[in-house]
Amino acid sequence: MCDSCGCDHEHDVTIALPGRADVAEVHDHHHGRVLQVEEDVLGRNNALASHNRAWFAAHQILALNLVSSPGSGKTTLLEQTIRRLNGAVPVAVIEGDQQTLLDAERINATGAPAVQVNTGAGCHLDADMVHRALHALTPPDHSLLFIENVGNLVCPALFDLGEKAKVVIISVTEGEDKPLKYPAMFAAASLCLINKIDLLPYLDFSVARCMEYARRANPDLTFFTLSARTGDGMDEWLTWLNDAVRH
Amino acid sequence: MHEMSLALSIVELVTGRAEAAGARTINRIELEVGTLAGVLVDSLRFCFEAAVRNTMAAGAELAIREIAARGSCPACGVEAPMEGLISACPVCGQYLVLGKGRELRVVSMTVDEEG
Repeated sequence: MCDSCGCDHEHDVTIALPGRADVAEVHDHHHGRVLQVEEDVLGRNNALASHNRAWFAAHQILALNLVSSPGSGKTTLLEQTIRRLNGAVPVAVIEGDQQTLLDAERINATGAPAVQVNTGAGCHLDADMVHRALHALTPPDHSLLFIENVGNLVCPALFDLGEKAKVVIISVTEGEDKPLKYPAMFAAASLCLINKIDLLPYLDFSVARCMEYARRANPDLTFFTLSARTGDGMDEWLTWLNDAVRH
Repeated sequence: MHEMSLALSIVELVTGRAEAAGARTINRIELEVGTLAGVLVDSLRFCFEAAVRNTMAAGAELAIREIAARGSCPACGVEAPMEGLISACPVCGQYLVLGKGRELRVVSMTVDEEG
């Protein structure tokens, strides 16, 4: 096996096209000068995220990165959160979706400013997209900024946006074993909201088991159980937000 | 499929550094990837081939060194390999805390000065 690229070929056979000497040298690994790089692949994203974080700190903005699978109720949760805050704290929203302005329009209907980032084929927001969105949105000082990430429990775990905390939302219709299947996101989050608890009577979903599974990936997770639709449990979440925005 | 963004980040990183060093072409890139870095190596290789097109790294070999994930037990202190982010301590059954295995780093590259 080739030590350098891990391919299964034995390189005792030379392959050449007439007039193309370079093809025969594809596996000549030893020519050239070696440059030490020692740099994180996510280094640029992390640097931009630090820039965003410093800006949030300077303007005393609490930025939360909301992550979940598609359909967990993130946008409904945001609508209800904004309505319940009722202007007590200014709220702005960055909406991330592959396509459409639907979510930003829903947020705008609550009276809060929102900007939509369409990632196209992209499966996550990155720090640069958030940076550009901030220039379009210009959230006020002492405000609360929600960044609703693309619905995806995998990729957004890797990309720091500069947020204070990742908030992972799981709805009870998804099954209590989600944290076991997608542990990276639960490991990266600080808060876990278990949504749609009004549906619990119709499902075999154990809230206690779901929490236990999530704690296996992250023993420090803080949980809230709520239903954005009925308002059950929303007061505790609002209290947490009010406290967090003051610190 | 965040591997495409990662591949593009790798190309941006190495071409920037190679240009700064006065190099003309990049022949080989050595990457360190932890087994729990959240990266599919096959997918990353596939995306890398597309990402290097029309850059000074076109045709460069991507040499990937995998770093096996290891964690330590918060209860009994034992160190053990981790198959996944949720791995139980082989001694006491408590869930291990990840030590290494999330690396995603360009270690070095081989370049040519003449185009």
